[in-house]
Amino acid sequence: MEMKLPPMRKHKLVMVGNGMAGVRTLEELLKIAPDLYDITVFGAEPHPNYNRILLSPVLAGEQTLDEIVLNPISWYEENGITLHAGKTVTEVNRSQRVVRAVDAQGQVVEATYDRLLLCTGSKPFILPIPGKDLPGVMAYRDIADTEAMIDAATRYRHAVVIGGGLLGLEAANGLMRRGMKVTVVHVMPSLMERQLDPVAADLLRQSLEARGLHFLLGAHTQELLGTEADGQARRVRAVRFKDGSEVAADLVVMAVGIRPNTELAQRMNLHLDKGIVVTDTMQTVTDARVYSVGECASHRGIAYGLVAPLFEQAKVAANHLALHGIGRYQGSLTSTKLKVTGIDLFSAGNFMGGEGTEEIVMSDPFGGVYKKLVIQNDKLVGACLYGDTVDGSWYFKLLRDGRSIASIRDRLMFGESNIGDVGHEGHNKAASMPDEAEVCGCNGVKKGAICKAIKDKGLFTLEEVRKHTKASASCGSCTGLVEQILMFTAGGDYSATPKTKALCGCTEHGHQAVREAIRSVLPDGSKLLTIGAVYRHLGWKTPNGCATCRPAVNYYLISTWPKEAQDDPQSRFVNERSHANIQKDGSYSVIPRMWGGETTADELRRIADAVDKYKIPTVKVTGGQRIDLLGVKKEDLSAVWKDIGMPSGHAYAKALRTVKTCVGSEWCRMGTQDSTQMGKDLERAMWRMYAPHKVKFAVSGCPRNCAEAGIKDVGIIGVESGWEMYIAGNGGIKTEVAQFLTKLQTPEQVLEYTGAFCELYRQEGWYLERTVHFVARVGLDYVKKRLLQDEAGRKALWEQLQFALDGEPDPWFEPQKAQVDTRQFQALGSGQGVFA
Amino acid sequence: MSAGDAWILICSLADIPVLGARRVARAQGLDVALFRNSQDEVFALLDRCPHKGGPLSQGIVFGTQVACPLHNWTIGLCDGQAAAPDQGCTPSFSVQLQDGQVYLRADELRTRATDLLRPLAGPARRQAAV
Repeated sequence: MEMKLPPMRKHKLVMVGNGMAGVRTLEELLKIAPDLYDITVFGAEPHPNYNRILLSPVLAGEQTLDEIVLNPISWYEENGITLHAGKTVTEVNRSQRVVRAVDAQGQVVEATYDRLLLCTGSKPFILPIPGKDLPGVMAYRDIADTEAMIDAATRYRHAVVIGGGLLGLEAANGLMRRGMKVTVVHVMPSLMERQLDPVAADLLRQSLEARGLHFLLGAHTQELLGTEADGQARRVRAVRFKDGSEVAADLVVMAVGIRPNTELAQRMNLHLDKGIVVTDTMQTVTDARVYSVGECASHRGIAYGLVAPLFEQAKVAANHLALHGIGRYQGSLTSTKLKVTGIDLFSAGNFMGGEGTEEIVMSDPFGGVYKKLVIQNDKLVGACLYGDTVDGSWYFKLLRDGRSIASIRDRLMFGESNIGDVGHEGHNKAASMPDEAEVCGCNGVKKGAICKAIKDKGLFTLEEVRKHTKASASCGSCTGLVEQILMFTAGGDYSATPKTKALCGCTEHGHQAVREAIRSVLPDGSKLLTIGAVYRHLGWKTPNGCATCRPAVNYYLISTWPKEAQDDPQSRFVNERSHANIQKDGSYSVIPRMWGGETTADELRRIADAVDKYKIPTVKVTGGQRIDLLGVKKEDLSAVWKDIGMPSGHAYAKALRTVKTCVGSEWCRMGTQDSTQMGKDLERAMWRMYAPHKVKFAVSGCPRNCAEAGIKDVGIIGVESGWEMYIAGNGGIKTEVAQFLTKLQTPEQVLEYTGAFCELYRQEGWYLERTVHFVARVGLDYVKKRLLQDEAGRKALWEQLQFALDGEPDPWFEPQKAQVDTRQFQALGSGQGVFA
Repeated sequence: MSAGDAWILICSLADIPVLGARRVARAQGLDVALFRNSQDEVFALLDRCPHKGGPLSQGIVFGTQVACPLHNWTIGLCDGQAAAPDQGCTPSFSVQLQDGQVYLRADELRTRATDLLRPLAGPARRQAAV
């Protein structure tokens, strides 16, 4: 019997301010706790939530107001949210927990709350000069301002924009595009001084002047002069400067900065300091019932004015509002991109440099390209790009990851476009791609479709773009391109992937945190040995995870605690459960192991017989020197394995796959070492080795390198005096040449060093991270330290791997010991037709 | 109720792995996938993803969903609906669990979605294209 409990009274959540940060908080909240609150929203503007970032393209006539609405009225209705648009909150009584608002007609509305979310955003700063209240003088902040500017452009000729920052330049560009003669007045000697260094700023000024804008830099505005009629000021007519000069103006737009809108918070007696002071949980320090996110919130002394940080805040606030109580906001790094069509500039971090920093600069003033990278302690700490910003997203990622760039320093300036990704026609610069060019070769997604989805659906993150368009959702090789498109389309405000990426939607924890939690022994001396225990310990949000986290956690358990943690086949991808590769029609492929790529007549005969007996439609030689039997029916799998009588090739697993070898000194007249034997020894020592991702080795007997060892996870190349060892190569999505690790003398050393590297990767790699990405993340220097400078540590790693592999069953020969659930091979009622 | 509409015994609950699935062969049409979640609830869907026809019985089961083994679409076990923003639906079957025994309806097994096929692969696909 199901107990019917009386419905609990829903909590009341009131949100003041209907802008992007607030509504994003609601969206995040509805995702994780859809039924927790009755939600009421007050917005001073008579519109639903729209994308404020895109007001500039609207002003410039490139988009319409309809196109920038993020949440139409119907969204509020569908989610049961009471929306009071066009009603300004005038008072909040915190002891009685009541919000009071008035509309344009003076009508009063009240709402009570259990939790209050203040998202009052910011207000433009108006210079306190004579004439500031004249008709024709305005700020640039919302839809009403934008409409007023568009209207003025149809009736007047001269515009002055005061402020040469991001917003001022976008306003000036928009007004010019609408036919006005525009002068930009800036008090500083160079434009956008908070985002650009003087060199880039000068290039920007030249480019904007060439388009027809006028600039007055270092100009101090003294007052605004108006036309007069009947002794009354009618409209602004000119701007006068301290030096007495004047510029004609029928429209003056003040874009000299924004201030957090804290009037209401002040009346509520909340603690203010550059905004409403909030903690890492986005609660105000004064009243824990009151949350604040967005431009009005001051976190660790910073009130952010860009979208990406606000969305990170929204996520944290939603998590706490949903009573999940995990997640802290720890501040953001921000980047800037000007939304003026045809002008590319990007800056992030400490782009000015200074003491203790180094700079790499590339300057081509005639070509209109300038790039400056600021480096400190081998890390990228700032970037300022003008004219060519395609690598902005990559630099920003390096900056946020804080990874050492020592090994790529010589290529850093040339950007990521040197990389050898495949699947998108060799394009590496999204901006120059035509709309019909294919970005994602896996899912056939064209650039135009991605841009359209970003605009129409209001997407801000890579994850959202992946979900909606499938671009970069399969192999991921076009991720960089998609990020570029996102950045170009959504502007610099796009939400870059957060620094610590959660493993999946079931948890806030990233891979590293999960690995560390599994490795650490609990205070009572016990260990986390099951997926369930890990989920409980780390507060997973779902009872049994999902298809992303379960295989990862299962791998972490068995690789961290071999012989102790129990493998869970139901948490493995089908291929590792069936020990064969699933094909598009639901059949499977079988690839038996051939040590070092060598086979015999006997093996070939058994394979040929099995092909005939089970009517296997395709037999193919693989790139890793093995034979692939394709189209095996699931019910035939175990019989095929038995008939072939060869070990599993693990071609289906995140494990050691093949060791590719050349003929070597046994036959080859060029060979210096017996590469085939070395390959066979490596394969016998390390087969059945599960890893974060697939692992491939190759051994060549001389530097001609016929086994293509330069693009393998471990590549061994024989030379007259011994063996060279290369690691972290990759021949797939991202062709990456393996890096030289060390020179070795004996085959025993090759086994030890290769085993130690694999064990390091097994223990510290993140699930689905290939060795190339693992080594890029931890740094080659770190791998050298562990393998070359620490002899005892290296030997220990090699021993740990041997311990883990000792007695591991071959799933084809010993299915029971390998926990293969053989029931899967038979359909219920098959053959008998009993269920007909 | 005529004999053709009867519930027929398929297997016992223990025959289906927890957070796993079994396939039920039919005289006509693709198999029916029987899923069991961690709460010992049983669900029955046509063993075919609405996206590209992958066998859902081979996917990873979690909550009341299964991830298709071919392209990782998430399909709801209760209604066969793909999780947003993907769109599509796979036919579902009535299922009854009584005293640890799993039953399906004979008429549904006989007639439901018998026309849907798996995609072709290999030489069969080449021949079909000619």
